[in-house]
Amino acid sequence: MSEHVYDVVTIGGGPAGMAAALAARKAGAERVLIIERDHELGGILQQCIHNGFGLRRFKTELTGPGYAQRYVDMVGETDIDIWLDTTVLETAAGGTVRCVSPDKGVSIVKAKSVVHSMGCRERTRGAIRTPGSRPAGVFTAGAAQRMVNMEGYLPGREVVIVGSGDIGLIMARRMTLEGAKVKAVFEIMPHSNGLTRNIVQCLDDFGIPLYLSHSVVSVHGNDRVTGITVAKVDEKLQPIAGTEFDLDCDTVLLSVGLIPENELGRGAGVAMDPITSGASVDQFRRTSVPGFFAAGNVLHVHDLVDFVSQEAEIAGRAAALNALGLLPDAGTQKPVHAGPGLRTVVPQLLSAPEAGKLTVRFYFRGSQPLGRAVIQLRADGEVVWDRKLKVVKPSEMIVADIPVSLLYGDGQRLEFSIEPLPESADDEALEEEEA
Amino acid sequence: MAQSISPRTLPAEADVVVIGGGVVGAAILRELTKYRLSAVLIEKAPDVATGTSKANSGILHAGFDAEPGTWKARLNVRGSRLYKDIAEGLGIARREIGSLVVAKTDEQLQELERLLARGAINGVPGLELWSADETIAFEPGVARDVKGALWAPSAAVACPFLATTGFADNAVRNGGKVVTECAINGFVTENGTLKAVETTKGRIATRFAINAAGVHSAQVARLAQDDSFSIRPRKGEYVLLDKSVGHLVRTVLFPTPDKVSKGILVSPTVHGNVFIGPNSFAVDDPEDHETTRDGLAAIIAGARQIVPDVPVQAAITEFSGLRADGGKDFILAPSPALGGLFHAAGIQSPGLTAAPAIAEAVVEMLADAGLRLQANAKFIPENPRRAHFSELEPHEQAALIAADPLNGRVICRCETVTEAEIVAAIHAPCGARTVDGVKRRVRAGSGRCQGGFCGPRVTAILARELGIPITEVRKDSSESYLFYPRAETIGEESAYV
Amino acid sequence: MSRVTQPIQCIGCPIGCGGDVVLEDGKVVDMHGFNCDVGQAYAAEEVIAPKRMVTTTVRLKGGALALLPVVSAKPIPKGRIFDCVNALRAVEVAAPIKAGDVILADALGVGVDIVAARSVAAA
Repeated sequence: MSEHVYDVVTIGGGPAGMAAALAARKAGAERVLIIERDHELGGILQQCIHNGFGLRRFKTELTGPGYAQRYVDMVGETDIDIWLDTTVLETAAGGTVRCVSPDKGVSIVKAKSVVHSMGCRERTRGAIRTPGSRPAGVFTAGAAQRMVNMEGYLPGREVVIVGSGDIGLIMARRMTLEGAKVKAVFEIMPHSNGLTRNIVQCLDDFGIPLYLSHSVVSVHGNDRVTGITVAKVDEKLQPIAGTEFDLDCDTVLLSVGLIPENELGRGAGVAMDPITSGASVDQFRRTSVPGFFAAGNVLHVHDLVDFVSQEAEIAGRAAALNALGLLPDAGTQKPVHAGPGLRTVVPQLLSAPEAGKLTVRFYFRGSQPLGRAVIQLRADGEVVWDRKLKVVKPSEMIVADIPVSLLYGDGQRLEFSIEPLPESADDEALEEEEA
Repeated sequence: MAQSISPRTLPAEADVVVIGGGVVGAAILRELTKYRLSAVLIEKAPDVATGTSKANSGILHAGFDAEPGTWKARLNVRGSRLYKDIAEGLGIARREIGSLVVAKTDEQLQELERLLARGAINGVPGLELWSADETIAFEPGVARDVKGALWAPSAAVACPFLATTGFADNAVRNGGKVVTECAINGFVTENGTLKAVETTKGRIATRFAINAAGVHSAQVARLAQDDSFSIRPRKGEYVLLDKSVGHLVRTVLFPTPDKVSKGILVSPTVHGNVFIGPNSFAVDDPEDHETTRDGLAAIIAGARQIVPDVPVQAAITEFSGLRADGGKDFILAPSPALGGLFHAAGIQSPGLTAAPAIAEAVVEMLADAGLRLQANAKFIPENPRRAHFSELEPHEQAALIAADPLNGRVICRCETVTEAEIVAAIHAPCGARTVDGVKRRVRAGSGRCQGGFCGPRVTAILARELGIPITEVRKDSSESYLFYPRAETIGEESAYV
Repeated sequence: MSRVTQPIQCIGCPIGCGGDVVLEDGKVVDMHGFNCDVGQAYAAEEVIAPKRMVTTTVRLKGGALALLPVVSAKPIPKGRIFDCVNALRAVEVAAPIKAGDVILADALGVGVDIVAARSVAAA
């Protein structure tokens, strides 16, 4: 058993962990460590071989491994320590990280700051309670993606995809390009959760039908999947009797949502936001446990890795300041509420402002798809800030920088909300906001 | 390495052949290895514990349900006591958490009194009738309209997979043989007595065979022109909840039973999850393992009768099992049609509890029929203790990793299962051969991500340890292959290797 | 003279305008439903000569990975996606590989290189 001392440790070497570590080092933390359970850095990006990453962060379109490579190279140019093939078993209050690996055995790391950047996991068949048998051939889309793109095996030949999130759509194309027949994508909601671009380029390009408001009501097969039964659902998402039909297939890929992988956070006693399933954090991505920060998909599930990197930089920098004793005390925190039309807002708390900072960046997720809309901040009921939006999609995060002066006024209750705008809204004003 | 694994080929002869690798067959095989004789268990699936033994409530019942004088009454109480002594040594996870039968009407309260009286006759220790207040004080999540409950402190929860593999491993350790993927085709007889068993892996000469084929046991009997009983598979569906809600209840909660079953219960599992279920309905197909929408809805409704706040959103998986319903009592008897064939059939609840006692009863029957029992002086009643990495102190973990670095690689994060534990499960005397086989032994993939992360890794470890390609690794049953090779070319005319 | 109307779904931004492009003798003569320059340019290209980026894997030896992810340096004609992926199926490369290394030059003669998406060190 060995003991080590670091200023900042990031748990997880995916995009969040790498960006946080880099930002921590840049902000003055002397000893920074990334702990990663896989054999290399990059996290889930390494299996996302499709393009579409990095347009905001690097102003160029990269693949997942390409995006990871940029960060791996940046980390490689620093003196940040990297422990691979290492699993963290516990991150205890006070900054004690207990981890194991085959070559180092049990290590105890004393860290002044810990950044939780463990990412997320996929919701499973059990979580959506799909009836039927339990044969081979039911995979989460991400597990299938790893087998196809990294291990080189085909999870099936006649495939049905459940859920039209981006991973499901991407896998529809990927399986097609691997020689499988993708028969359909079924989405229980009346709208897709995926990007339009992915619907066009992953489904339409290959003639793969997307069934909205449809749910798999049973999986069949004893050894291997032999087929499924599908039904239309009503507005309460309940199957409509008489609309069932059968479809033969040998594989069902599930793309039914992501959940922050937060066991370590819970173990450390970090206060959680029940909606995001991630920690409740302030503008520094500081959690309720002193010295613990969170960033990336473990904090809330993002749609763009670019935002993960951005957020992790906030957390990494704050972790460094904390280690150096320079992070302002949390003081009396103001909660920030997600009001009507919004599902999530991060950060959920405002601590005392940092000197010299003019804005605080917020990330939002709408609760339902809307056309023109306005997002507003109310302080004690009075609108102090607003921005018009051309469109609201729950699958696409909204980002806004809010002036500190508006957040730290006299208003005690801060609430963001989204309201639909009539179609006749002033086009010119809208253009201006977008610019 | 593969040589150390129990044989895949069928021996030419044995003193006793056990047909079926469920918990009953495995317990019988182990019981036989206490004597100097050769015993072989044949199982049609790639692993043991793949039928009723893999999908049941995992409860070691106290024994007040069964009608006095029946096999069930006698063997339940006996089995419950036996587990108390042997579970730990065999590596069978078991927690004696007691059970409560909850009454919500005056009629049900009367039924509890009947159960109490019955339990006394059956020899169940420690039964008590509790008031509503006592029940709620002990189990705060229980429905507020509870009127009283029957407390049975000797009830326990246990892992049914580890019970089966624990018996099977120990049997193999003591000279028994388990031959998997070996299905019975028929019996070779001479003048109405058994001479050999015909299987998909050839013929094995034997004087004694035990039919422990679960839901298939009537079909096995028919192979001997024995139609003395029939089996009606009765399905029970379950919902398993995440460990994060494991504190929901502290004991096994039954509703007051009706005529058909013990009803839908809410219970902790031995591993710290909570399950709700099972319902109960007859099915025709003994391979029908589909869960149904209506069934799951009924389970949830039933569970809410006892614990109104069951957090269904914490569900991590649903599954169903088939009870081998052969009538009111277990069928433990010589076949009336074929000398040397014995049935251990119709083993439904409390079959898991009774299994080691059934094994004693069956071996006694064989002795009565002329099987010579000489004690096996070399019999070792325990399995080697297997460390559960996650439960150890850091310095113990460090020592384990120093001894074998694979102890330091966590494959299943949800349940903290190391590569060394998975490798050990594969190389156990009756080792895992499938992804689900690994899961049942060491719980890799049984947590909240249900193998989403570790599934591909467990597949790769199985392939490596068994010396087979990834494409030959199976999920559970014989043809449940998981992955295909990459297509050579794709497009309009896809061609596969 | 042939006049056809083709529906096109814009992918330029989250709004996802759907519109129609009118073609006469293979030339765009009219379009409606696209509310910005980017959308109009996309629709015009999509209807005449749609292009796509291609990403897939090639076999890799001598590295810690079995497969190397690769990506087209620029979009290729949409109709050639399958041909391109098939051509790459036959390719095997050896580690070490550096991100950006050309794996297949001028794939299918369409003037686009296929390059390594990441680096892989020799094992």
